[in-house]
Amino acid sequence: MIEMPVPNQQVIAKQARLAAALRAIVPPEQVIDTAEQLKAYECDGLNAYRQPPMLVVLPDTTEQVAKIVRLCNAEGAPIIPRGSGTSLAGGALPTADSVVLGMARMKSVMDVDYANRTIRVQTGITNLAVTGAVQPDGFFYAPDPSSQLACAIGGNIAMNSGGAHCLKYGVTTNNLLGVTMVMPDGEVLEFGGEHLDPGGYDFLSLICGSEGQLGICTEATLKILPVAEGARPMLFGFETNEVAGEAVAAIIRAGLQPVALEFMDKPAITVSENFAKAGYPLDVEALLIVEVEGSDAEIDEQLTRIEAVVAPFNPSTVKRSGNDIESAKIWAGRKAAFGAIGQLADYICLDGCVPLSQLPDVLKQTAELADKYDLKVANVFHAGDGNLHPLIMYEANDPDSARRAEELGADLLRLCVEKDGCLTGEHGVGIEKRELMLTQFNERELRQQMAIKDVFDPSWMLNPAKVFPLSLSEPHMKEIAAG
Amino acid sequence: MTVLTPDTEEAIAQIVRAAHEGDGPLELCGGGTRRGLGRPVQAASTLSLAGLNGVTLYEPGELTLVAQAGMSISALTDLLDGENQQLTFEPCDMRALLGTSGEPTIGGAIATGASGPRRLRMGAGRDAVLGVRYVNGQGDVLRAGGRVMKNVTGYDIPKLMCGAYGTLGVLTEISLKVMPKSEVVRTLALPGLSDVGAIDALSTALRMPCDVSAAAHLPASVSKELGFADAVTLLRIEGFETQADYRIQTLRDGLSMFGELTPVESDPWVAIRDAMFFAGDDRAVWRVSMKASEAARYVAVLRDQMDVEAFYDWGGGLIWLACDQGNDAAEPIIRGVLAEYGGHATLVRANETIRAAVPVFEPEPTSIAHLSAGLKAKFDPAGILNPGRMRA
Repeated sequence: MIEMPVPNQQVIAKQARLAAALRAIVPPEQVIDTAEQLKAYECDGLNAYRQPPMLVVLPDTTEQVAKIVRLCNAEGAPIIPRGSGTSLAGGALPTADSVVLGMARMKSVMDVDYANRTIRVQTGITNLAVTGAVQPDGFFYAPDPSSQLACAIGGNIAMNSGGAHCLKYGVTTNNLLGVTMVMPDGEVLEFGGEHLDPGGYDFLSLICGSEGQLGICTEATLKILPVAEGARPMLFGFETNEVAGEAVAAIIRAGLQPVALEFMDKPAITVSENFAKAGYPLDVEALLIVEVEGSDAEIDEQLTRIEAVVAPFNPSTVKRSGNDIESAKIWAGRKAAFGAIGQLADYICLDGCVPLSQLPDVLKQTAELADKYDLKVANVFHAGDGNLHPLIMYEANDPDSARRAEELGADLLRLCVEKDGCLTGEHGVGIEKRELMLTQFNERELRQQMAIKDVFDPSWMLNPAKVFPLSLSEPHMKEIAAG
Repeated sequence: MTVLTPDTEEAIAQIVRAAHEGDGPLELCGGGTRRGLGRPVQAASTLSLAGLNGVTLYEPGELTLVAQAGMSISALTDLLDGENQQLTFEPCDMRALLGTSGEPTIGGAIATGASGPRRLRMGAGRDAVLGVRYVNGQGDVLRAGGRVMKNVTGYDIPKLMCGAYGTLGVLTEISLKVMPKSEVVRTLALPGLSDVGAIDALSTALRMPCDVSAAAHLPASVSKELGFADAVTLLRIEGFETQADYRIQTLRDGLSMFGELTPVESDPWVAIRDAMFFAGDDRAVWRVSMKASEAARYVAVLRDQMDVEAFYDWGGGLIWLACDQGNDAAEPIIRGVLAEYGGHATLVRANETIRAAVPVFEPEPTSIAHLSAGLKAKFDPAGILNPGRMRA
């Protein structure tokens, strides 16, 4: 079990006074303080961990955020920034003495600038709504986490989210041009803008992926891109994971630059096919979905080239989409995979990343470790960039099963680090991988990272119990408190 | 001046530790070709990275290269060439512009945030960096990031190091994402456009799904150096043969109101990347990063107030300016006018006196300057790494 710090009773004792003070900043109904309503904020996508916060506040403007942050800072109440609460890493998990600062009401599009291909939004807007705002004019916002219907841009910035299509277009940090950020002392600062590159240190790079620990981003300027004329996928089935892994490397090496390159292993194929009836072959060990984009003729030529590159690996299934209906069918199983597995069991979705050359071995060892813990694991992931998403199936109501699932997850992430990979490719550390950070980095390396938080948030009031192992952060915060 | 050329990371760490403990400041140096960038550094010793010049790992099938910081760009380019791959960010070579010699290194390119025309499509050095090994100002050898394509494990220190001019740490090893070379690279030109018309044409091209990999405009005074008779607006298209043909036709149709898009035989992009047009004279050179759509208007206002030569890269998002050095390289006008549009101006070339007196990098608002100073103090508490290179 992952531990959270002991809540500060002195702060909790201020609940009523803080609620009243917050109600002087935002309309009264936008401060939540009843146990029943606070329950809605007790967890995020990592729902094995639950803790209602002391208060929730839902501001409408940057000025309100600034006042809220100043108040909480003065009162010593930790702030948990929350976008839509879809984090799979517990990035928005509250503590009992915390104020959840929810960005859900701040979701307007402030400006669309086609001449410069940028959009300015409030950060509570959902990822998909950004694309929705510019789609009628032929544009889109590239990072596409699978929670894009619900997840907020603010959360995407905090976690530097990716998605299936980041193989070609990059992740959030590559598509973020500027932010308005409320500092922990309530000051409002601008970083970046509509220009490229910073004039000094690259603060935007630090802010993106800092898991809400450096400041509260209230507005963001994002890149938008012209939508390709079309996109079509191709499906390959292979007899072994090893061969599928080699085919992935061959495609990348050939310079074919697909927009997406997704991998499913046998357990994932079976579950998805039973659920979505996508027409996936059930006699293969691994499936690859490769999508390319461009004009119809460009797509055909690229798919022909990909087919030729893959041919030496003897795929037992080769299906090329010729139209939108066939494309939807190929994607149907992949898109249904998480939901289908969710119908069978509770699951933990991991997010380790490994070099492509290590894929086959990591998949083999994953299966062995799953056997050891007597659990089932399905693998559905972004193969082009080695970002694994093993889904560990378990019974949430069975404490022993939950314990085994967590231990297996930790073993699998350690395996990723051993293979020269990393703990998390796109979900973030949150609380989930906090204690594993010492397998990836040594203490000095983590202390150098913590020193960055010291610069931005000297009293460690923003999302304090995340990212860094408690063994390092708790003594550090005690030192700060002692002055 | 003592030049220290250690050949191991641990030896570098020892030198930095000694510097931290009282030996005094170090000027960091790769090939020395970008030494004139930034403010002059006052340091008794130079720490050269030339001894760290090997390749740690190259996996063409993973588009991943891990190189020591002192590796020359030319050796690295040769290596990538062998696998028909290239760097994503097209780093500029400053030798001609700054009148330096030596070999540009990957560490220098990353530390100075150098990126060329392809930055528009593929991002800057910071977008290519997957991880770094570095020595902080206390002499600790540290790692950040890694060598995999996606990594959100901890704060993104590798990107922070890009463009930090060695003031936060000595980069010893850099992991990079590289990219395949395109089968076909074609350059197309629209002749005779005004600056305003050209920026409009480039924006129109960039709004089309043609994956334009570079977009520049050279006014007549600059384009003549490449043999053009008139101003020229340039686009670069890449892909395989039929793909490039299709994209070019799409662009030709979409840009017809700006004139006839015609192929250019010789490659203008190296000259644009390195600002060769301003090499060999003694004018001050500025690099201005701003909102592309305002670039031509900004330059027009400058021209009303001073004698200045300009050309545009990144669809207008990057402007190179050359003007008389005078006493201040015209900083009050260049930054004063820019303030109305947003963005930042960096003084790339001027004599040492001017670079010591005029802020080379855009002055930061007080609160952000505090953050910069705070970071510097956390990474380099004794202030021994390239002191004064970025800020006085």
